Amino acid sequence: MSDVIGYILITIGVLFDIFGCIGLVRFPDVYNRLQAATKCVTLGTIMLLIGVAVIVGFNAITAKAIVCAVFILVTSPTAAHAIAKGAHVSGVSLWEKSVVDKYADEVDKKTD
Amino acid sequence: MTTIFYAGLLICCFLCLYRVGTGPSAPDRTVAIDILGTVVVGFCAILSLVTGKDFYLNIALGWALLSFIGTLALAKFLEGRNFDE
Repeated sequence: MSDVIGYILITIGVLFDIFGCIGLVRFPDVYNRLQAATKCVTLGTIMLLIGVAVIVGFNAITAKAIVCAVFILVTSPTAAHAIAKGAHVSGVSLWEKSVVDKYADEVDKKTD
Repeated sequence: MTTIFYAGLLICCFLCLYRVGTGPSAPDRTVAIDILGTVVVGFCAILSLVTGKDFYLNIALGWALLSFIGTLALAKFLEGRNFDE
């Protein structure tokens, strides 16, 4: 029973990974790519690790998989936020059909 | 079954490497390398499930740590600051 649940979790996780990487290739802009890839791949890898933990049962692999999942859950959004701010400060422009840029408005307000 | 998982994660790795090669700006490549590190963590988890050994997850934890620190350093470098600020 736990094998079936674990394999279903791993399958969903691998599918999320593939969709995130397709978004990384297909989207037009740094910020869109960051949005697609970071969220999908974080969720997919965490589901994959939880699936491995469910299949294995209760031993060292389970403990290390849960530690890995918590670490990725904390660090991946932090890295994405840092990359987005770095890209914006270094002057990478948005896609030409983007409608709003609130960070540029904030920077303008501070410099005025 | 696990062959399908290996194939899916390998496809993810090659899509990330495509973006590393053709990304028009430096942040594109940084994002792709960050995502590649996360995918490799999943790969190590599958490997640990197949072989039943737990040291592959030590490799995954170390890889995630180094990927995070490298991404933060590159993001700080993109902001135009030095590494010691």
